[in-house]
Amino acid sequence: MELTVGSGNQEPRSMLNRSAPGIITARSEQLIAMARKNSLWPMTFGLACCAIEMMSTYMAHHDLDRFGIVTWPSPRQSDVMIVAGTVVKKMAEPIKILYEQMPEPKWVIAMGSCATNGGPYYRSYSVVMGVDHIIPVDVYVPGCPPRPEALIDGIMKLQDKIMQDAKERGRKA
Amino acid sequence: MAERHSREETPRAPVALDDRSRALELILPKILAEFQPAIGATVNLVEVTVKPQDVPSLCRLVKEDSQLSFDYLLCLCVVDYLDYLQVVYHLYSTTMKYKMVLKANVTMDEPSLPSVMPVWPGADWFEREAHDLFGVVFEGHPNMAPLILYEGFEGYPGRKSYEMPEYTEW
Repeated sequence: MELTVGSGNQEPRSMLNRSAPGIITARSEQLIAMARKNSLWPMTFGLACCAIEMMSTYMAHHDLDRFGIVTWPSPRQSDVMIVAGTVVKKMAEPIKILYEQMPEPKWVIAMGSCATNGGPYYRSYSVVMGVDHIIPVDVYVPGCPPRPEALIDGIMKLQDKIMQDAKERGRKA
Repeated sequence: MAERHSREETPRAPVALDDRSRALELILPKILAEFQPAIGATVNLVEVTVKPQDVPSLCRLVKEDSQLSFDYLLCLCVVDYLDYLQVVYHLYSTTMKYKMVLKANVTMDEPSLPSVMPVWPGADWFEREAHDLFGVVFEGHPNMAPLILYEGFEGYPGRKSYEMPEYTEW
């Protein structure tokens, strides 16, 4: 990360930070990405048993609030869609519509084996073989179902990706 | 590919009826005499096999009979025996504590029998699911639209002749 801010007990390195402590200097894209990654609002949305694990991740024991993650019961104000569960072909169209209703920028986490590639229902007559057949996916979380720690890890990977994307975009421009 | 059993090869557990089922077995032949049913027993349940067209009138009778009062349709399922399909109704009487299994065989080519929705409205979704998976047509059902499969699905995935798809894009 190129942010010139003192982290932990380390002394700030730049002249500006030394003369005016508590000020962050960075490119605006990175600052915006920093704001985005620390207030990801996932849409309240569950499909199968992974949703139970996702709910327990939101709850007090694992507490996603400490990452600034608040569930939001509407796609219109959401940033992240956590596809938690089996995507049956009957549900494919509503999922696509929900994804399209979310405003940019938006990200998708495919949680569990079913959302990744169909999982135990691979080659079934009714299950889509991975949610990436209908919407683009940013992070895949393996497991059947994944532990809450695995989902938290997936969310942190997404946060890294958001920062990385902001950095890359700056370079190309 | 699923292992295929015909009716005779199917392994059976020994019959062991409890007291209520034994009592039911004794009173049933008299009450159902007009339908000429084949009354037997499987494992712990009394089973009655009738002609498909008799199903609704027999259901109405066993529901309204004061000795039986089968007021609850526990489960409706369909079995594929390769040569024919068997529609199975599991009935329960909440007042008399009787359990009964009602069976009706329908042909593979034209699987249809009258709906039991007028008797037990709860049969609605059972019959729609049976229609989705096995293609059994329940005559007189008000809405036979797919319940668990999407519109335009081809084939009957519950039947043993159904081939599971290879990798499919969506």
